[in-house]
Amino acid sequence: MSATRVRPEPALVAAPQSLPRLLAGLPPGDRPVTLDEHLARYGSVRDGGKSRSLIDLVEASGLQGRGGAAFPTATKLRAVAGRRGRPVVVVNGTEGEPASGKDKVLLRCVPHLVLDGAVAAAEAVGAREAFVAVADGATAESAAVAEAIDSRRRRKLDGRVTLRLVDVPDRFVAGEETALVQFLNGGPAAKPTFTPPRPFERGVGGAPTLVQNAETLAHVAQIARFGPSWFRKVGTASEPGSILVTLSGAVARPGVYEVALGSPLRDLLAQAGGVREDVQAYLVGGYFGTWVHADRATALRLSEAEVSLGARAIVALPARTCGLAETARIARYLSDEGAGQCGPCVHGLGAIADALERLAAGDRTDRRDRIERWVAAVRGRGACHHPDGASRFAASALEVFADEVELHLRHGRCSGSRR
Amino acid sequence: MSKVVRVNPIACEAHGLCAELLPERITLDEWGYPIVDPTPVTGELERHARRAVAVCPTLALLLAEAGRRSPVTD
Repeated sequence: MSATRVRPEPALVAAPQSLPRLLAGLPPGDRPVTLDEHLARYGSVRDGGKSRSLIDLVEASGLQGRGGAAFPTATKLRAVAGRRGRPVVVVNGTEGEPASGKDKVLLRCVPHLVLDGAVAAAEAVGAREAFVAVADGATAESAAVAEAIDSRRRRKLDGRVTLRLVDVPDRFVAGEETALVQFLNGGPAAKPTFTPPRPFERGVGGAPTLVQNAETLAHVAQIARFGPSWFRKVGTASEPGSILVTLSGAVARPGVYEVALGSPLRDLLAQAGGVREDVQAYLVGGYFGTWVHADRATALRLSEAEVSLGARAIVALPARTCGLAETARIARYLSDEGAGQCGPCVHGLGAIADALERLAAGDRTDRRDRIERWVAAVRGRGACHHPDGASRFAASALEVFADEVELHLRHGRCSGSRR
Repeated sequence: MSKVVRVNPIACEAHGLCAELLPERITLDEWGYPIVDPTPVTGELERHARRAVAVCPTLALLLAEAGRRSPVTD
């Protein structure tokens, strides 16, 4: 197989010296970068990092997972590589987080960067198969990935590694690692399972399985090409590299931006043309994230040390909108989007959403301490982290919108909607 | 190796027998689902814990080794 492999010329392109990195050289018109264009920019991912193993390079880079948990990528690679049996790689491109669009941008615009990372990771752990999981509603992304896989196959670019596109139900929990593995194993659904074993021990088809977020693998591809010192030129010592952030809400130009870890939220907002109107709070980290009051947000740095960045989605909430109404809407979504498997999550998230909806509507029957008790009670009580994320989100709402909660409970009215 | 009580929350159907047999470690939330104290069970208490595990109608209660966490979690 390797004898027939067509090797492109070694890349002469220099590593990008500034941001954007992952999103460098996007063609106009939101179309995918073709394989020729990709190879002209990057060469083959095999041309780099010969002297050291990929896992060592990734370890030296300090790369942490970009799916939300910020887990060290090299630790995961080593855990899978160290198991007995031939591992499987899963590219998690499902991006069920409604406020996030960054993985879709990668899959749609630079699919080869993600696939390079998948193949490099597969070779590093000894896998022959890499599944690329995309949400079934993401048609442009599926099409771009399918075409990318086809063109790589025609060129026999990936040696022994076979890439397979898999459409996964477009549900919030479907991208959870064990849910994804259960779906790839033939169902019954894309729902989380009670662990252990964890996917790295026994995952797809019982094989040790490396599940990596699409953006994480795109970074792996660049680290393989340009090395760990290059990667560390951006970001902080403990959180190196760049991240893709999906910015939405009351900003002039909502969209996906690439910023350095540790950079101020202020700079990101400036990149997006600033805010369109007065903002009262930012939801940082998506639906599992935390509300940050606008006063604090101006000085906020995009670092896990300051705030959990979660899915790296940020929503600017206008001052004229009721924070509790928005919180209730998201709490209801999280309750509905649970897998419906674990009692504390089903009942607890349902009760929290009910109470927040009553509160937002000016119904004064609830007490703050009861809602707080439910918020605390669901934490750590599910098979997956769904209730934990929902709890964190709701707790931050009660804290940041404390005055609003008071106003609603005492007077049944709202400062935001000025009823 | 000391043991701790764990619940498989997917299998649990809130029968509540565990809380009756092991009130030292298990209380019920307002919907009847167990809230488990992760303090290890030893000696006599471990015997009670084993009984609670054995009678759970959905086999959702288990005894696990304390302090053993997977090296890869997220």
